[in-house]
Amino acid sequence: MLDIQRLEKSFGAKHAVRGVSFRLEKGTVLGFLGPNGAGKSTTMRMIAGVLEPDGGDALIDGKSILTDRREAQRALGYLPEGAPLYEDMTPPEFLVFMASARGMKGAARKDGVERAIADARISTVCDQRIGSLSKGYRRRVGLAGAILHDPPVLLLDEPTDGLDPNQKRAVRALIARMAPNKAILISTHTLTEVPAMCTRAIVIDRGIVVADDTPDTLVKRSEDGTLEGAFMRLTDQAEAETA
Amino acid sequence: MMSWLKEQFGGFTATYRRELGAYFATPMAYVFLAVFLLALGLFTWEASRFFDTGSADLAPFFVWHPWLYMIFLPALAMRLWADERTAGTDELLLSLPLGMPALVLGKLFAAWTVAGVGLALTAPMWVTVNLLGSSDNAAIALTYMVSFLMAGAYLSIGAAISALTGSQVTAFVISVVIAFVFTAAGWPLVLSGVQSVFGTGTAELVASFSFLTQFEGAQRGVLELRAVVFFLGFTAFWTVLNGLWAARQRLG
Repeated sequence: MLDIQRLEKSFGAKHAVRGVSFRLEKGTVLGFLGPNGAGKSTTMRMIAGVLEPDGGDALIDGKSILTDRREAQRALGYLPEGAPLYEDMTPPEFLVFMASARGMKGAARKDGVERAIADARISTVCDQRIGSLSKGYRRRVGLAGAILHDPPVLLLDEPTDGLDPNQKRAVRALIARMAPNKAILISTHTLTEVPAMCTRAIVIDRGIVVADDTPDTLVKRSEDGTLEGAFMRLTDQAEAETA
Repeated sequence: MMSWLKEQFGGFTATYRRELGAYFATPMAYVFLAVFLLALGLFTWEASRFFDTGSADLAPFFVWHPWLYMIFLPALAMRLWADERTAGTDELLLSLPLGMPALVLGKLFAAWTVAGVGLALTAPMWVTVNLLGSSDNAAIALTYMVSFLMAGAYLSIGAAISALTGSQVTAFVISVVIAFVFTAAGWPLVLSGVQSVFGTGTAELVASFSFLTQFEGAQRGVLELRAVVFFLGFTAFWTVLNGLWAARQRLG
């Protein structure tokens, strides 16, 4: 479903992503972990076609983001970091715009928007402008925008960041409901969420994949039996190696 | 060929509707229209003495168009791309399967529509001259049309600079400066200066790139193909730059 091949990106002298590769199958929820500045968002932005990679490629449902960008983007739902939205629109207006921009028309657009509103549980705020919504609702509107064309691949950049525990649980439940039919890549630095949400985890540090395993196996590799311990060990190790 | 065009312009309607909606969802369009009409009225009546000219035409009204467009249209266009960058929504936009031409033209046409609404709301002036005497309505319609084309040219500068700078205030200031250069190039004051330094040939060349000069014929009610081609070509040139500057975002 999602095939990442040796993605590379530099910003000036900073080599942000150095040859990241992995594959993701349908039914997998992959946690994409790493310290701030490790290259998580940069990698996701390259997969989404927002940023041009310096090298490598990403195949979304078999379509290259480099040579067949628009087709690849059609197969993808993307929630950018911080869920940026058009604040002057109401959630339904925003979703209709997203659907139209994706070439959906008539009944298909209406159904897609209605289903996304129901799935993201935002029907109670449909009359308000997005600018006046709470952070939790905004995140859910962003999610609705990412899932409204029912894409086979979902890319969610910190979907639960800054949400309260109830909102986090709602987002997690939504992801769990969608998981069987999609390949989902979730970036996060909230480690406690990983075992609850993900079936697989990749740890990235300084632009390199340092671990790729199930959350359980990662925990076993740590000294203190927590994911946090494993995370610290892995990213410290990478630090020692590059130093 | 058809599928290529469809790819490039797919999403034009969605972009256009979204941008037009954004103008009217906030006070932006209403404030623009109100102040623009007020300024135009003020200049027409107070500075040009509309009622004292003694002839039933709109010359004292059209003469102000380039100067007012120079200030007002960059204000209308400055948000087109800079606003997306401030809000982070450019990230959302670039992740959609849209063609760059669709985005650039969708945004430009939305701003152009608002400018067109402003122009349409000056219709009472047109009605007034008809009540005052018999006026050449074909000539007035033509001047309106060329003025609308000229508005597109001013907007295309503002939109492109908005994509270049990513900051609304910077975009506004730079756009006004560029618009001023292309307007004032036809000002007699500037032209006589150029003529005395570089000679008549250069002065004519400079004048041919000026909005004032290009708009002059239309103000007299003469349809000049040269002016129409100039304004459309000028808009196309800045629109291409706009696309290139907006696409640069993908490089990081």
